[in-house]
Amino acid sequence: MGDLLGLVLKRLGLGLVTLLVVSILIFFAVELLPGDTAQQILGQGATEETVRALREQLGLDRPMVVRYLDWLSGAIFFDFGVSAISGDPVTASIGPRFANTLFLACYAAVIAVPIAIFLGVLVALFRNTVFDRVANVLTLTSISSPEFFLGYILILYLAVKTSLFPAISSLSEGMTFGELLHRTFLPALTLVLVVTAHMMRMTRAAIINLLSSPYIEMARLKGMPPFKVIVRHALPNAWAPIINVVALNLAYLITGVVLVEVVFVYPGVGQLLVDAVSKRDFPVVQACCLIFAATFILLNLAADVGTILTNPRLRHPK
Amino acid sequence: MQGVLWTLLPRVETKKGELMTLKDQMMIDRLAEAARTGKISRRNFMHHSMAAGMTAMTATGLWTSTAMAQPKSGGTLRVAQHDGNTTDTHDIGVYQSNFDIGLVHSHRSFLTMINSDGTLGPDLATEWSATPDASEWTFVLNSAATFHNGNKVTANDVIASMNYHRGDDSTSAAKALLAGVEDIVDNGDSVTFKLSGGNADLPWLLTDYHLAIVPANPDGTADWQSGIGSGPYKIVDMEFGTGGRLVRHDGWHGEGAYFDEIEMLVINDPNARQTALVTGDVDTASLLENKTLGLLGRDPNIEVENVASAQAVTMPMHMDTAPFDIPEVRNALKLAVNREELVEKITFGAATIGNDFHHSPAMPYWPEDIEQRQYDPDQARALLKSVDMEGLTVNFSTADSITTGAVDASILMAEHAKAAGININVVREPNDGYWSDVWLVKPWCMVVWGARPTPDVMYSLAYSAGAAWNESRFENEQFNTLLNAAKSELDDSLRAEMYRDMAVIARDEGGTLIPYFPNFVYARRSNVGRGDSLSPAWQMDGYRYASRWWFT
Repeated sequence: MGDLLGLVLKRLGLGLVTLLVVSILIFFAVELLPGDTAQQILGQGATEETVRALREQLGLDRPMVVRYLDWLSGAIFFDFGVSAISGDPVTASIGPRFANTLFLACYAAVIAVPIAIFLGVLVALFRNTVFDRVANVLTLTSISSPEFFLGYILILYLAVKTSLFPAISSLSEGMTFGELLHRTFLPALTLVLVVTAHMMRMTRAAIINLLSSPYIEMARLKGMPPFKVIVRHALPNAWAPIINVVALNLAYLITGVVLVEVVFVYPGVGQLLVDAVSKRDFPVVQACCLIFAATFILLNLAADVGTILTNPRLRHPK
Repeated sequence: MQGVLWTLLPRVETKKGELMTLKDQMMIDRLAEAARTGKISRRNFMHHSMAAGMTAMTATGLWTSTAMAQPKSGGTLRVAQHDGNTTDTHDIGVYQSNFDIGLVHSHRSFLTMINSDGTLGPDLATEWSATPDASEWTFVLNSAATFHNGNKVTANDVIASMNYHRGDDSTSAAKALLAGVEDIVDNGDSVTFKLSGGNADLPWLLTDYHLAIVPANPDGTADWQSGIGSGPYKIVDMEFGTGGRLVRHDGWHGEGAYFDEIEMLVINDPNARQTALVTGDVDTASLLENKTLGLLGRDPNIEVENVASAQAVTMPMHMDTAPFDIPEVRNALKLAVNREELVEKITFGAATIGNDFHHSPAMPYWPEDIEQRQYDPDQARALLKSVDMEGLTVNFSTADSITTGAVDASILMAEHAKAAGININVVREPNDGYWSDVWLVKPWCMVVWGARPTPDVMYSLAYSAGAAWNESRFENEQFNTLLNAAKSELDDSLRAEMYRDMAVIARDEGGTLIPYFPNFVYARRSNVGRGDSLSPAWQMDGYRYASRWWFT
């Protein structure tokens, strides 16, 4: 167990270095975009005079490296600065939206992960039957369609034609948890459809891969029913790749949902990032990207820890 | 006015239950316009309308215009607003998005306002007058006007708000607009604007969305940060990029404000806006897609509005850059565009044809007797031949975000030009950074201009010599002399004549191709009532829906 703690600490340390590199990359990527914050804020209404004055106000006339170090010296102490546009602290503008994004991701994950794994086991069990083919075709269709298209289809059938669920998922204060689940069901369902296929097929592949191993044959020979063979013997050894795919998909639920947010008018962090990039609001872009990068780092770490914990050979190394 | 009539159109029954064609709709539109300006008798109107496929009853309804419904108070209006960003702000100097503009007309006031019928009316100023040379304007303030915190609106607040846009270190987008203002004097119950030269349009200028009045701080600066205004509704919560809630300001100085509350919801996706309107999740929605208008209009619960506006799609050519420095080349390009087809196929009829001068029929002083430039590839070819430029190849920059169907319109235009032997290379530029890297930089590009209240504002901003946004680098002495003379001319008929002359110069000698003026297209649920006409200044009744509409 001491090794595991050491590994976690080492990975967290490396994660911090990764974040630093990411922040440098983001900073220079934003700098490379055509036009600066002042020009983007003033847009079509810009004149040379006003752009110059605004640049001075925002401190954009200082050298690039100085501005980066200035931001970094705050970020080390978790002070991510203020938005260049609104002047609000970045944490205040990202906080509530990130909470919304996390909620939607959790909602979708709670539905998608069990369904995907359960379906994966089932299709492995009934492999090459009609059930297997239908499940594959359906999930592959849903992963291949763009999210906004799935969203529109769901809106058409579940909101416009039947009014089972609201077409827009705008949140208001004082909603009960039940109302919240009802209102955000369609975006959550869209995400479920998008991520299920990947996890299901990985579960299926990992299990089928093991089914030709001698110990499975042994289990079968002693007369164990096929379902039990898979759940008791194959699945425990298949966890490692499944956990990795689940972690990747969870990261996707947090970082890749901009289109779903737009279609369902859901106030998540994706739209904030898009707006911030288009206005070159560097502190907000930086904070959003660091959150996304940290999400990937932490989920990958969690996947590795999960892999070790589910594998006795790694848990008790000689 | 056209808006009123249009709402009837989608529900118009055709003789044989057929779908009404676009031609019929345009015919009815023209009829309605004729009826409005008194050019047609009721009898003739009925006759022609029925020929265009309307039943007698609908035609009668069209003639009598909308019934004068009595406004009722109460209810919460839920608004789906496009173009809302997390970067929107209360800062009057950098207002830019439609959400900002929609909000400012609900929670702040201006000195003057554009009425529903397109005329100029009072807002915070009850009356105004000018010295004969139009260089000094005095605005008397409404003594009943209060801010949402209960304080009276004083001359001091007006001056602080205006000064926010003026001065050397101002970053306001309205700085150019107020460049001619030398001083603003506090007379107690009125303010006097002292201008460097005459400007007969100053009261119109003051309707610009940046020129909202905000409270003054004790040190004389403007307090835009608090979001306090003196408009019909005050903000309860506001989260930019998401939406907010406003309640009626009981001490409002104007008429109307029938709703108890306004709920603004940012819905940037056109499909989502439309769906929300259809499912009844919102009561009104801004900016709809032209291609779905016909379908949406068939829903009995929805009223579609289609209002001619002074917005413009322009295609400025840099007149000092080859080959656009040759007048024949410019005119050949203007002749090589089939505007009618652009209006029909790209905007689905929701636009007014342009005639290469930046003065829309929705603006005052519109010269209606200037001949419309037609699509004439043969003449275009002949013009090019006369300067030895046959087979001309030019680049044209455009981007998706400029206007609905911007890239499609450019490609269609390139097809039109082929008939004149002109090869237009359509260069698709990134949306991002278009206004800093393409506009005013590339020698020929596509631009969209918001509606400006008067021809003077438009011409001064983008066509006068030395203007920062002179997008075609147009420098015509006669045009500039006329512009300056018209600016301080208080006699309307003389002014109209000058604007006519300027229009002819811009049309024949200028470098800007103006294919069409896009309409404002939006919709409301049919339980939302509105007055007889809809302002051409902005979407949704000049974005004054909050104070002008009601629940029936």
